[in-house]
Amino acid sequence: MANNLIEAKNLKQYFNTSRGKLHAVDDVSFSIEKGTTLGVVGESGCGKSTLGRTMIHLLESTSGQIMFKGEDITKVNNKQLIKLREDMQIIFQDPFSSLNPRMTMIETVTEPLLLSKRFSKKEAEERANEIMNTVGLSARLWNSYPHELDGGRRQRIGVARAIALNPSFVVCDEPVSALDVSIQAQILNLMQDLQEKKELTYMFITHDMSVVRHISQNICVMYLGQMVERSPSKELFQRPLHPYTKALLSAVPSTDIRHKKERILLKGELVSPVNPKPGCRFAARCNYVCDRCHEPQKLEEISPGHFVSCCRVNEIN
Amino acid sequence: MSKEKMKTSDFLLSVRDLEVVYTSAGATVHAVNGVSLDIKRGENLGLVGETGAGKTTIAKAILGVLPDPPAKILNGEIILEDSDLLKLPKKEMRKVRGNKISMIFQDPMTALNPLLTVGDQIAEVVLLHESVSKKEAMNKAMEMLEMVGIPADRYSELPHQFSGGMKQRVVIAIALACNPELLLADEPTTALDVTIQAQVMDMIGALQKKLNTSMILITHDLGLVAESCDNVAVIYAGKIVEYASKEDLFLNPVHPYTLGLFGSIPSLSTDVDRLTPIPGMAPDPENLPEGCSFHPRCKYAMDECKHGSVHFKEVSPNHFVHCHMYHCDKEV
Repeated sequence: MANNLIEAKNLKQYFNTSRGKLHAVDDVSFSIEKGTTLGVVGESGCGKSTLGRTMIHLLESTSGQIMFKGEDITKVNNKQLIKLREDMQIIFQDPFSSLNPRMTMIETVTEPLLLSKRFSKKEAEERANEIMNTVGLSARLWNSYPHELDGGRRQRIGVARAIALNPSFVVCDEPVSALDVSIQAQILNLMQDLQEKKELTYMFITHDMSVVRHISQNICVMYLGQMVERSPSKELFQRPLHPYTKALLSAVPSTDIRHKKERILLKGELVSPVNPKPGCRFAARCNYVCDRCHEPQKLEEISPGHFVSCCRVNEIN
Repeated sequence: MSKEKMKTSDFLLSVRDLEVVYTSAGATVHAVNGVSLDIKRGENLGLVGETGAGKTTIAKAILGVLPDPPAKILNGEIILEDSDLLKLPKKEMRKVRGNKISMIFQDPMTALNPLLTVGDQIAEVVLLHESVSKKEAMNKAMEMLEMVGIPADRYSELPHQFSGGMKQRVVIAIALACNPELLLADEPTTALDVTIQAQVMDMIGALQKKLNTSMILITHDLGLVAESCDNVAVIYAGKIVEYASKEDLFLNPVHPYTLGLFGSIPSLSTDVDRLTPIPGMAPDPENLPEGCSFHPRCKYAMDECKHGSVHFKEVSPNHFVHCHMYHCDKEV
């Protein structure tokens, strides 16, 4: 697609541990169209946060390419990286530990503006005020410190700081999972408004299936560093193809008490991502496992935009 | 709950007008403000609410483990099988705790003693409450491990050798080791992934059926309640604002706060462009609004909501709501 803002090609992120190589992100490819949201879902330890951090170069990738606005950004020098950071931002999960406790709200938002050296002190202040209004934080709170505010308001600052320099790409790493549902809805609405207004592109990392369905156009499902399925959101919920996606969706408790869904219970637990064997990492828990699962799997396009990495996809669906 | 018609003895547990405050540095936090609830044998009650609503305080009060100070029970009765737990001497209460009532804590990572083997931690409860030899207690612990799906030969392993889901199974094994009559499950699966959550909830349900245990499930996840409870109490600022059977609550919610919660959750099956969140935020429990605590956030708030107290109203059989709207025949 011509309108891709960012694209990952065979991205790998390995960490060295005392027990061997930890495959946090293993050969993942995807692209995100400008102004849309890609949801990344998976359980803890599946590499979704690592993927997000690698995308904006908070972590240097082991191999593979990241094309941002048509250029490969995996091999940038420090000077280029500073410019790049203005254009790609992140909202962190925990609004309690991601803010500097010794800076007031307005200082936190002003800091990136001053660091960019694009604004005079006065301009930066004006702009910061404007941003504070955009995220809906009333003026009486601008000079308070993080510990004086509740999670919802702090996360508004997390959002404000991320959008301060008008980035085009924002990684949202579980931005609402630390919040109560009524506050979560306020922040989700804010993020959607900002996206419309500023044509932002989001990579939305979460483990909450109902949130991801609500906010994203496309969804990637990850399992232990591998991407097992990628599809337009609605299609994924209507017709999940990978056995893991099916189990994941069936495990989400639903408030719809009229339709009882059939639950697929998985056996066992996650295997270790350190020195994994080749082949499908879900095989150990899969109800459809066969010999071919221990060979490397390929991402196949089953219908337009719907990719699955499972050798038995056609037999089991 | 205004269920005076029924004698308290019909219930396994009855909580009446429970009021708990925390005091520190001169400030008084009103955590629980007159909560009453009843649980029958084998019943599952869901206690739903947001952070700071007082859910965990209620559970700790029932179990008698509120730290005093700062916590203080100002008023109320907690009646388990005809005896008021709040009046029991400490020594007697110790016999109830872990035996008749037990609790599954939210965070399996910190609920276990890191220096004791998981088997010994299960055997400890059995030794404490049943007159058995050490050997018998160990056998019972192994039996419990098998029951929660952990091979008995892992008896001598330490908590750090287990994953989060496995640790929570151990916590559940401890809670169920003495066949309790009431299980207090405080966000038992919040720290777990959904596929593991499904396994754990499935297991709790099966064990409960086998042992005929009642459960109070404390959670903020309405989906979880929909799947595992019979009745639901929605709690806001230390008060139950709505109480109903699961069917009534999910198909016909009436309290504006409950409606607000449903509007805030994205659905898994239907499309909405925008969520309809509840404006504002939960009130400061040190300084609760006068009248109905929810009125500053409520879009239906009227003058009478700002003062005085609201009484429970039964809008349909066994469906109670704490809201002025249902006293003056106005429609939502």
